[in-house]
Amino acid sequence: MRNAHSSPPIVQAHGLWKRFGALTVLKGVDLEVAEKQLVFIIGPSGSGKSTLLRCLNRLETPDDGAITIDGINLLSPKTDINKARQRIGMVFQSFNLYPHMTARQNVTLALRKVLGRGKEEADIAARHALDRVGLGERMDHFPAQLSGGQQQRVAIARAIALEPRVMLFDEPTSALDPELVGGVLSVMRELRESGMTMVVVSHEMAFARAAADTVIFMADGEKLEEGPPAQIFEQPQHERTRSFIRQIDRH
Amino acid sequence: MDDFVQAFLNLDIISQASPILWRGLWQTLLLAVMVVPLGLIGGVILALLSTAPLRWVRILAAGWVDLFRAIPPLVLLVFLYAGLPFAGLDVGAWGAVAIGFFLNTGAYYGEVLRAGIDSVPRGQTEAARSTGLSQAQTLAFVVLPQAVRNVMPDLISNTVEVVKLTSIASVVALPELLFQARQAQNVTYNASPIVAAAVAYFLLLWPLVRLMSRLENKAMAGRG
Amino acid sequence: MTGFENFAFSFLNMKVMAQYLPQIAQGFVLTVWLAVLIVVAGLASGLALALVRSFGIRPLNWLIIFVVDLFRALPPLVIIVLLFFGLPAAGLGLSGFAATWLSLTLVLMAFSEEIFWAGLTSVHKGQWEASRSTGLTFTQTLRHVVVPQALRITIPPLTNRTIAITKGTALGSVVGVSEILGASQSAMSFSANPSPLMLGAIAYLVLFIPVVAFGRWVESRFAWKR
Ligand SMILES: Nc1ncnc2c1ncn2[C@@H]1O[C@H](COP(=O)(O)OP(=O)(O)O)[C@@H](O)[C@H]1O
Ligand SMILES: [Mg+2]
Repeated sequence: MRNAHSSPPIVQAHGLWKRFGALTVLKGVDLEVAEKQLVFIIGPSGSGKSTLLRCLNRLETPDDGAITIDGINLLSPKTDINKARQRIGMVFQSFNLYPHMTARQNVTLALRKVLGRGKEEADIAARHALDRVGLGERMDHFPAQLSGGQQQRVAIARAIALEPRVMLFDEPTSALDPELVGGVLSVMRELRESGMTMVVVSHEMAFARAAADTVIFMADGEKLEEGPPAQIFEQPQHERTRSFIRQIDRH
Repeated sequence: MDDFVQAFLNLDIISQASPILWRGLWQTLLLAVMVVPLGLIGGVILALLSTAPLRWVRILAAGWVDLFRAIPPLVLLVFLYAGLPFAGLDVGAWGAVAIGFFLNTGAYYGEVLRAGIDSVPRGQTEAARSTGLSQAQTLAFVVLPQAVRNVMPDLISNTVEVVKLTSIASVVALPELLFQARQAQNVTYNASPIVAAAVAYFLLLWPLVRLMSRLENKAMAGRG
Repeated sequence: MTGFENFAFSFLNMKVMAQYLPQIAQGFVLTVWLAVLIVVAGLASGLALALVRSFGIRPLNWLIIFVVDLFRALPPLVIIVLLFFGLPAAGLGLSGFAATWLSLTLVLMAFSEEIFWAGLTSVHKGQWEASRSTGLTFTQTLRHVVVPQALRITIPPLTNRTIAITKGTALGSVVGVSEILGASQSAMSFSANPSPLMLGAIAYLVLFIPVVAFGRWVESRFAWKR
């Protein structure tokens, strides 16, 4: 594990519980991510992966547990959540670009309204972020004029322009046609190389093998298994992990 | 507070006026039962003309619809009731209301139904014709039923508007609910009968309004 | 006189029309004023109510829903009559103009609130989440992300509803407002000739045909987009 022991964990989540009515979706999940580490989460649909990620950005509020990110207690009522969220980037399965704004405007909105940057300064940051995802040329296109892969890269630019300490990815390539997946993954790999701390929920096993420090297998709201990719993929301890990986690999 | 109750919710006066208010309500219901079908008939005719194969027919139909969407219904009604007699054509209050609603309401129903017909994919007509159904049969059994279902929220909403609109018949002295309430108010110098009429309209139409806002929210959510 | 001459004398009597043209022109101006005041106040208050509703404060929302339902269910003429003939009893006399304005404003407020609200809720949940995840506040998200998208989807129904309610200005004639219909009716009774009414109808067409055509254009422009 690269860098894993050199600094204290930047993401510390302990004993997270989350219920939706009668359904318990998270059953005391712990998660620690060290700086510059990439944690990869896999697991069957409905196992609570998205809910866990959304808790880390407090789009959901856990019923119980503690979350500290970059030294900020995320669940304290005293925390300015909007300020905290600048430090935690999030990328969604369905992109969620603002359809009424160009790529540039999608990126500059939070720069201007949250960070209070001026128009010029925000534009420069937006250009830089869009260049990084390879879309500097498409700054003034609307989402409807971009392919799914390009839209997702704009969404990544929107998040990294705020210079977050942690990036959360919720199945960033699941809504994409197969030929568009590569572009998004290479942007993610570049981010990882530049030292971004990342938590990624995905089914892209090849990417996990190549880029992840830790792989977590979740089932029924619990963390069933955790370890380096080689261990999880080659010698899974649990029968459920084994059968899940076998199923995914068949695709 | 007491003054307020005396002026607006005077039960004595309302019970005094209740016979003529009931008669008014009855006339309002009768009006609604007359003008809604009239408007629907006008609407179906206009919708069919608006989707006709001939271009000039479609343009004429659209012009007709716009004409009667631009004229306030009360203006139309006053014209039919007070203007036509000058041409030796006295149609009376009921006649004026019937013609006026046929023209005005028909235009609105026509627009709604046209949108409904447009929303049925062409493939439906082609499939029906390919099985040997005539054009009229295709319209009646395949296109119109789907069209009506697709624009049900707008049809209901339009019908609520039509029932509300019957209140303008009071202006041409047709003794419907609002007219009777005004009469009672004139005699008693008290606004309670009008409040009672308002409550009656509200109770009559509230269920439909609730239903409407549910359907509208659903339709919009589907579009977003 | 032939039949046509008879008809022309009754309905297209140039002499009568010329005589009452100024009066009806005044009515025209009054109608436009009334309409503008209704549209501005009605749409602004409707949007305000929808925004307040989006904060999700339970008892307040029930109140909003009730008020909206009330003014959607009551015929505008009933509201006008109630305000004009009823309010003086509460020591609060309104002019016919004010009663008509207030009534139609309340009606437009109710209808537009419902349309705005449906528009707001039609914006996908993911838009809220994406915006909040970048640190924008609830109000910033509403203003910069949700409202612009909601407006787009609400414009066609809003235009049609606004036109329909603005035409209700003619109801003002019932409570003595000398807008187009009021002016032409009194001209008709003075001259014992229906030509002024014809002139009034033409005035309405001049006023509303462009608006209706605009509504049609808006509808075709926005309806099948996205
Ligand atoms: N807002 C919500 N309300 C009710 N149930 C929810 C909500 N969000 C998620 N769930 C339920 O929680 C479970 C876990 O969902 P999720 O975290 O999305 O799983 P995953 O991302 O692993 O597929 C699912 O059964 C889902 O239906
Ligand atoms: Mg998920």
